[in-house]
Amino acid sequence: MTPEEEQRRLAAQRRNARVVAILLGAFVILMFAVSIAKIGMQHR
Amino acid sequence: MTTETIALPADWRDFLALTKPRVMTLVVFTGLCGMLAAPGTVNPVIGFTAILCIALGAGAAGALNQWYEADLDAKMRRTAARPLPAGRMDRQSALHFGVGLGAFSVLLMGLAANVLAAGILAVSILFYVLVYTVWLKPRTPQNIVIGGAAGAFPPLIGWAAATGGLAPLPLLLFALVFLWTPPHFWALALFVKTDYANAGIPMLPVVAGERATRTQIGLYTIPMAVAAIAPWPLKLTGAIHGAVAIVATAWFALLAVRVATRSTREGDTMRPEKQLFGFSIVYLFVLFGAVVVDRWLA
Repeated sequence: MTPEEEQRRLAAQRRNARVVAILLGAFVILMFAVSIAKIGMQHR
Repeated sequence: MTTETIALPADWRDFLALTKPRVMTLVVFTGLCGMLAAPGTVNPVIGFTAILCIALGAGAAGALNQWYEADLDAKMRRTAARPLPAGRMDRQSALHFGVGLGAFSVLLMGLAANVLAAGILAVSILFYVLVYTVWLKPRTPQNIVIGGAAGAFPPLIGWAAATGGLAPLPLLLFALVFLWTPPHFWALALFVKTDYANAGIPMLPVVAGERATRTQIGLYTIPMAVAAIAPWPLKLTGAIHGAVAIVATAWFALLAVRVATRSTREGDTMRPEKQLFGFSIVYLFVLFGAVVVDRWLA
Protein backbone atom coordinates (compact mmCIF):
# COMPACT_ATOMS: atom_id res chain seq x y z
CA MET A 1 0.00 0.00 0.00
CA THR A 2 1.43 3.38 -1.03
CA PRO A 3 1.54 6.29 1.50
CA GLU A 4 -1.35 7.96 -0.39
CA GLU A 5 -3.46 4.81 -0.19
CA GLU A 6 -2.62 4.44 3.50
CA GLN A 7 -3.69 8.04 4.07
CA ARG A 8 -6.99 7.45 2.24
CA ARG A 9 -7.61 4.31 4.30
CA LEU A 10 -6.98 6.17 7.55
CA ALA A 11 -9.24 9.03 6.43
CA ALA A 12 -12.04 6.57 5.61
CA GLN A 13 -11.59 4.86 8.99
CA ARG A 14 -11.75 8.21 10.77
CA ARG A 15 -14.94 9.17 8.89
CA ASN A 16 -16.60 5.88 9.79
CA ALA A 17 -15.47 6.09 13.42
CA ARG A 18 -17.02 9.56 13.67
CA VAL A 19 -20.35 8.27 12.31
CA VAL A 20 -20.30 5.28 14.72
CA ALA A 21 -19.56 7.64 17.64
CA ILE A 22 -22.52 9.86 16.72
CA LEU A 23 -24.81 6.82 16.39
CA LEU A 24 -23.70 5.41 19.75
CA GLY A 25 -24.29 8.79 21.37
CA ALA A 26 -27.77 8.93 19.82
CA PHE A 27 -28.46 5.39 21.06
CA VAL A 28 -27.51 6.31 24.64
CA ILE A 29 -29.83 9.35 24.54
CA LEU A 30 -32.63 7.24 23.02
CA MET A 31 -32.30 4.52 25.68
CA PHE A 32 -32.36 7.18 28.39
CA ALA A 33 -35.51 8.74 26.89
CA VAL A 34 -37.19 5.31 26.50
CA SER A 35 -36.41 4.45 30.14
CA ILE A 36 -37.89 7.75 31.35
CA ALA A 37 -40.99 7.22 29.16
CA LYS A 38 -41.46 3.65 30.45
CA ILE A 39 -41.12 4.76 34.08
CA GLY A 40 -43.65 7.54 33.39
CA MET A 41 -46.09 5.06 31.84
CA GLN A 42 -45.86 2.75 34.90
CA HIS A 43 -46.73 5.61 37.24
CA ARG A 44 -49.78 6.70 35.22
CA MET B 1 -19.26 -14.56 -5.38
CA THR B 2 -17.25 -11.33 -5.59
CA THR B 3 -13.59 -12.22 -5.00
CA GLU B 4 -12.17 -8.74 -5.58
CA THR B 5 -9.93 -7.48 -2.75
CA ILE B 6 -11.33 -4.44 -1.00
CA ALA B 7 -8.44 -2.11 -0.10
CA LEU B 8 -10.48 0.62 1.57
CA PRO B 9 -12.98 0.11 4.38
CA ALA B 10 -16.54 0.63 3.14
CA ASP B 11 -17.79 4.15 3.61
CA TRP B 12 -20.76 4.79 5.95
CA ARG B 13 -22.71 6.01 2.90
CA ASP B 14 -22.35 2.54 1.40
CA PHE B 15 -23.82 1.01 4.56
CA LEU B 16 -26.66 3.49 4.29
CA ALA B 17 -27.20 2.53 0.62
CA LEU B 18 -27.33 -1.12 1.71
CA THR B 19 -30.49 -0.35 3.68
CA LYS B 20 -32.39 0.78 0.52
CA PRO B 21 -33.45 4.16 1.98
CA ARG B 22 -35.97 4.89 -0.80
CA VAL B 23 -37.90 1.66 -0.20
CA MET B 24 -37.71 2.41 3.53
CA THR B 25 -39.67 5.65 3.04
CA LEU B 26 -42.86 3.82 2.14
CA VAL B 27 -42.33 1.20 4.86
CA VAL B 28 -41.83 3.89 7.52
CA PHE B 29 -44.83 5.86 6.29
CA THR B 30 -47.22 2.88 6.34
CA GLY B 31 -45.89 1.87 9.77
CA LEU B 32 -46.38 5.40 11.07
CA CYS B 33 -49.91 5.52 9.64
CA GLY B 34 -50.71 2.15 11.26
CA MET B 35 -49.60 3.62 14.57
CA LEU B 36 -51.43 6.95 14.16
CA ALA B 37 -54.64 5.22 13.04
CA ALA B 38 -54.71 3.13 16.22
CA PRO B 39 -57.07 4.13 19.03
CA GLY B 40 -55.66 6.01 22.01
CA THR B 41 -52.40 7.91 22.13
CA VAL B 42 -48.92 6.55 22.14
CA ASN B 43 -46.06 8.09 24.12
CA PRO B 44 -44.07 10.18 21.58
CA VAL B 45 -40.72 8.67 22.62
CA ILE B 46 -42.05 5.11 22.39
CA GLY B 47 -43.76 5.95 19.07
CA PHE B 48 -40.57 7.43 17.64
CA THR B 49 -38.54 4.43 18.80
CA ALA B 50 -41.05 1.98 17.30
CA ILE B 51 -40.94 3.76 13.93
CA LEU B 52 -37.14 3.86 14.14
CA CYS B 53 -37.18 0.08 14.75
CA ILE B 54 -39.42 -0.46 11.71
CA ALA B 55 -36.96 1.59 9.63
CA LEU B 56 -33.95 -0.31 11.01
CA GLY B 57 -35.69 -3.66 10.46
CA ALA B 58 -36.49 -2.72 6.87
CA GLY B 59 -32.89 -1.58 6.44
CA ALA B 60 -31.62 -4.90 7.80
CA ALA B 61 -33.87 -6.82 5.41
CA GLY B 62 -32.61 -4.67 2.52
CA ALA B 63 -28.98 -5.22 3.52
CA LEU B 64 -29.42 -9.00 3.75
CA ASN B 65 -31.24 -8.98 0.40
CA GLN B 66 -28.30 -7.16 -1.20
CA TRP B 67 -25.84 -9.51 0.50
CA TYR B 68 -27.61 -12.56 -0.93
CA GLU B 69 -28.24 -11.07 -4.38
CA ALA B 70 -24.86 -9.40 -4.97
CA ASP B 71 -24.18 -11.58 -8.03
CA LEU B 72 -27.63 -10.96 -9.52
CA ASP B 73 -27.36 -7.23 -8.86
CA ALA B 74 -24.13 -7.14 -10.85
CA LYS B 75 -26.02 -8.37 -13.92
CA MET B 76 -28.72 -5.70 -13.79
CA ARG B 77 -28.13 -2.11 -14.94
CA ARG B 78 -30.55 -0.81 -12.30
CA THR B 79 -28.60 -2.39 -9.43
CA ALA B 80 -25.01 -2.72 -10.71
CA ALA B 81 -23.87 0.43 -8.89
CA ARG B 82 -24.89 -0.88 -5.45
CA PRO B 83 -22.00 -1.16 -2.92
CA LEU B 84 -21.49 -4.95 -3.26
CA PRO B 85 -21.60 -5.44 -7.05
CA ALA B 86 -19.58 -2.23 -7.51
CA GLY B 87 -16.87 -3.68 -5.20
CA ARG B 88 -17.00 -0.90 -2.60
CA MET B 89 -17.81 -3.35 0.20
CA ASP B 90 -17.01 -6.97 1.02
CA ARG B 91 -19.88 -9.43 1.46
CA GLN B 92 -19.01 -10.35 5.02
CA SER B 93 -19.40 -6.73 6.17
CA ALA B 94 -22.83 -6.60 4.52
CA LEU B 95 -23.88 -9.86 6.20
CA HIS B 96 -22.68 -8.77 9.65
CA PHE B 97 -24.32 -5.37 9.22
CA GLY B 98 -27.65 -6.89 8.13
CA VAL B 99 -27.81 -9.51 10.91
CA GLY B 100 -26.67 -7.05 13.56
CA LEU B 101 -29.10 -4.34 12.50
CA GLY B 102 -31.99 -6.83 12.30
CA ALA B 103 -31.34 -8.27 15.76
CA PHE B 104 -30.88 -4.78 17.20
CA SER B 105 -34.16 -3.49 15.71
CA VAL B 106 -36.18 -6.44 17.10
CA LEU B 107 -34.60 -6.23 20.57
CA LEU B 108 -35.12 -2.48 20.75
CA MET B 109 -38.74 -2.84 19.61
CA GLY B 110 -39.32 -5.47 22.32
CA LEU B 111 -37.78 -3.23 25.01
CA ALA B 112 -39.42 0.03 23.95
CA ALA B 113 -42.85 -1.08 22.64
CA ASN B 114 -44.00 -4.65 23.25
CA VAL B 115 -43.33 -8.29 22.40
CA LEU B 116 -46.10 -8.51 19.77
CA ALA B 117 -44.67 -5.62 17.72
CA ALA B 118 -41.16 -7.08 18.07
CA GLY B 119 -42.43 -10.52 17.00
CA ILE B 120 -44.16 -9.19 13.87
CA LEU B 121 -41.04 -7.15 13.04
CA ALA B 122 -38.89 -10.29 13.34
CA VAL B 123 -41.32 -12.27 11.16
CA SER B 124 -41.33 -9.52 8.52
CA ILE B 125 -37.50 -9.43 8.32
CA LEU B 126 -37.25 -13.23 8.16
CA PHE B 127 -40.09 -13.41 5.62
CA TYR B 128 -38.41 -10.87 3.32
CA VAL B 129 -34.99 -12.50 3.55
CA LEU B 130 -35.77 -16.22 3.72
CA VAL B 131 -39.17 -16.62 2.05
CA TYR B 132 -38.93 -13.89 -0.60
CA THR B 133 -35.22 -13.38 -1.35
CA VAL B 134 -33.83 -16.89 -0.85
CA TRP B 135 -36.81 -19.13 -1.64
CA LEU B 136 -39.36 -17.48 -3.93
CA LYS B 137 -37.56 -14.84 -5.98
CA PRO B 138 -35.18 -17.12 -7.90
CA ARG B 139 -37.79 -19.91 -8.31
CA THR B 140 -41.26 -18.69 -9.21
CA PRO B 141 -42.97 -15.84 -11.07
CA GLN B 142 -45.35 -15.70 -8.07
CA ASN B 143 -42.37 -14.37 -6.05
CA ILE B 144 -43.71 -10.88 -5.52
CA VAL B 145 -47.28 -12.08 -4.92
CA ILE B 146 -46.40 -14.06 -1.79
CA GLY B 147 -43.30 -11.99 -1.06
CA GLY B 148 -45.48 -8.89 -1.04
CA ALA B 149 -46.55 -9.86 2.46
CA ALA B 150 -43.11 -8.77 3.72
CA GLY B 151 -43.79 -5.17 2.77
CA ALA B 152 -47.33 -5.33 4.16
CA PHE B 153 -46.30 -5.90 7.79
CA PRO B 154 -45.42 -2.29 8.82
CA PRO B 155 -49.03 -1.08 9.44
CA LEU B 156 -49.54 -4.15 11.65
CA ILE B 157 -46.31 -3.41 13.51
CA GLY B 158 -47.23 0.27 13.98
CA TRP B 159 -50.70 -0.65 15.28
CA ALA B 160 -49.31 -3.39 17.55
CA ALA B 161 -46.67 -1.02 18.95
CA ALA B 162 -49.38 1.49 19.84
CA THR B 163 -52.01 -0.85 21.24
CA GLY B 164 -50.30 -4.14 22.10
CA GLY B 165 -52.86 -5.99 19.94
CA LEU B 166 -54.32 -6.24 16.44
CA ALA B 167 -57.70 -5.31 14.94
CA PRO B 168 -59.61 -5.54 11.60
CA LEU B 169 -58.38 -2.12 10.31
CA PRO B 170 -54.63 -2.91 10.38
CA LEU B 171 -55.41 -6.33 8.89
CA LEU B 172 -57.20 -4.60 5.99
CA LEU B 173 -54.24 -2.23 5.60
CA PHE B 174 -52.02 -5.32 5.47
CA ALA B 175 -54.29 -6.78 2.77
CA LEU B 176 -54.17 -3.51 0.81
CA VAL B 177 -50.36 -3.43 0.64
CA PHE B 178 -50.26 -7.18 -0.05
CA LEU B 179 -52.67 -6.88 -3.00
CA TRP B 180 -51.15 -3.61 -4.22
CA THR B 181 -47.69 -5.17 -4.58
CA PRO B 182 -48.37 -7.32 -7.71
CA PRO B 183 -49.72 -4.52 -9.96
CA HIS B 184 -47.03 -2.17 -8.62
CA PHE B 185 -44.12 -4.54 -9.25
CA TRP B 186 -45.39 -6.01 -12.50
CA ALA B 187 -45.78 -2.50 -13.94
CA LEU B 188 -42.08 -2.01 -13.12
CA ALA B 189 -41.19 -5.47 -14.43
CA LEU B 190 -42.81 -4.65 -17.78
CA PHE B 191 -40.40 -1.80 -18.46
CA VAL B 192 -37.27 -3.39 -16.94
CA LYS B 193 -37.98 -6.84 -18.38
CA THR B 194 -34.58 -7.14 -20.08
CA ASP B 195 -32.76 -6.49 -16.80
CA TYR B 196 -34.65 -9.30 -15.03
CA ALA B 197 -34.19 -11.66 -18.00
CA ASN B 198 -30.42 -11.00 -18.06
CA ALA B 199 -30.20 -11.79 -14.34
CA GLY B 200 -32.28 -14.98 -14.75
CA ILE B 201 -34.96 -13.83 -12.29
CA PRO B 202 -38.28 -15.48 -13.20
CA MET B 203 -40.41 -12.35 -13.08
CA LEU B 204 -43.85 -12.82 -14.64
CA PRO B 205 -43.12 -10.89 -17.91
CA VAL B 206 -40.00 -13.02 -18.43
CA VAL B 207 -41.66 -16.39 -17.73
CA ALA B 208 -45.32 -16.01 -18.75
CA GLY B 209 -44.95 -13.17 -21.24
CA GLU B 210 -46.18 -9.65 -21.44
CA ARG B 211 -49.82 -10.45 -22.27
CA ALA B 212 -50.27 -12.61 -19.16
CA THR B 213 -48.59 -9.97 -16.99
CA ARG B 214 -50.90 -7.24 -18.28
CA THR B 215 -53.94 -9.43 -17.57
CA GLN B 216 -52.69 -10.20 -14.05
CA ILE B 217 -52.18 -6.48 -13.36
CA GLY B 218 -55.83 -5.92 -14.27
CA LEU B 219 -57.05 -8.88 -12.22
CA TYR B 220 -55.08 -8.04 -9.05
CA THR B 221 -56.40 -4.49 -9.16
CA ILE B 222 -59.92 -5.81 -8.37
CA PRO B 223 -59.22 -7.32 -4.91
CA MET B 224 -56.82 -4.46 -4.19
CA ALA B 225 -59.66 -1.99 -4.81
CA VAL B 226 -61.92 -3.98 -2.48
CA ALA B 227 -59.30 -3.93 0.30
CA ALA B 228 -58.70 -0.20 -0.26
CA ILE B 229 -62.34 0.83 0.04
CA ALA B 230 -63.61 -1.84 2.49
CA PRO B 231 -62.69 -0.02 5.76
CA TRP B 232 -65.29 2.67 4.96
CA PRO B 233 -68.43 0.48 4.43
CA LEU B 234 -67.27 -1.67 7.36
CA LYS B 235 -67.38 1.52 9.45
CA LEU B 236 -63.72 1.21 10.43
CA THR B 237 -63.04 4.62 8.85
CA GLY B 238 -65.18 7.64 8.04
CA ALA B 239 -66.28 9.58 4.97
CA ILE B 240 -62.90 11.30 4.41
CA HIS B 241 -61.16 8.00 3.90
CA GLY B 242 -64.13 6.65 1.94
CA ALA B 243 -64.10 9.56 -0.54
CA VAL B 244 -60.30 9.55 -0.97
CA ALA B 245 -60.24 5.75 -1.36
CA ILE B 246 -62.94 5.77 -4.04
CA VAL B 247 -61.38 8.59 -6.11
CA ALA B 248 -57.76 7.37 -5.81
CA THR B 249 -58.71 3.74 -6.47
CA ALA B 250 -60.78 4.73 -9.52
CA TRP B 251 -57.73 6.55 -10.89
CA PHE B 252 -55.49 3.56 -10.12
CA ALA B 253 -58.00 1.26 -11.84
CA LEU B 254 -58.09 3.47 -14.95
CA LEU B 255 -54.30 3.38 -15.26
CA ALA B 256 -54.29 -0.39 -14.61
CA VAL B 257 -56.98 -1.02 -17.25
CA ARG B 258 -54.97 1.02 -19.76
CA VAL B 259 -51.90 -1.14 -19.05
CA ALA B 260 -53.96 -4.36 -19.07
CA THR B 261 -55.57 -3.69 -22.45
CA ARG B 262 -52.59 -2.49 -24.50
CA SER B 263 -49.61 -4.21 -26.11
CA THR B 264 -46.03 -3.05 -26.55
CA ARG B 265 -45.23 -1.70 -29.99
CA GLU B 266 -41.90 -1.22 -31.74
CA GLY B 267 -39.97 1.61 -30.01
CA ASP B 268 -42.57 1.82 -27.22
CA THR B 269 -41.62 4.21 -24.38
CA MET B 270 -43.85 2.21 -21.97
CA ARG B 271 -45.38 5.46 -20.70
CA PRO B 272 -48.63 3.93 -19.34
CA GLU B 273 -46.64 1.31 -17.39
CA LYS B 274 -44.32 3.99 -15.97
CA GLN B 275 -47.35 6.11 -15.08
CA LEU B 276 -49.02 3.20 -13.29
CA PHE B 277 -45.81 2.42 -11.40
CA GLY B 278 -45.34 6.08 -10.40
CA PHE B 279 -48.97 6.58 -9.41
CA SER B 280 -49.07 3.33 -7.44
CA ILE B 281 -46.50 4.81 -5.01
CA VAL B 282 -48.46 8.06 -4.64
CA TYR B 283 -51.64 6.00 -4.26
CA LEU B 284 -50.38 4.16 -1.20
CA PHE B 285 -49.15 7.38 0.44
CA VAL B 286 -52.50 9.07 -0.21
CA LEU B 287 -54.60 6.17 1.04
CA PHE B 288 -52.65 5.66 4.25
CA GLY B 289 -52.59 9.41 4.79
CA ALA B 290 -56.38 9.47 4.40
CA VAL B 291 -56.80 6.78 7.07
CA VAL B 292 -54.83 8.90 9.55
CA VAL B 293 -56.51 12.22 8.63
CA ASP B 294 -59.89 10.52 8.94
CA ARG B 295 -59.04 9.12 12.37
CA TRP B 296 -57.73 12.46 13.70
CA LEU B 297 -60.52 14.61 12.26
CA ALA B 298 -63.37 12.25 13.12
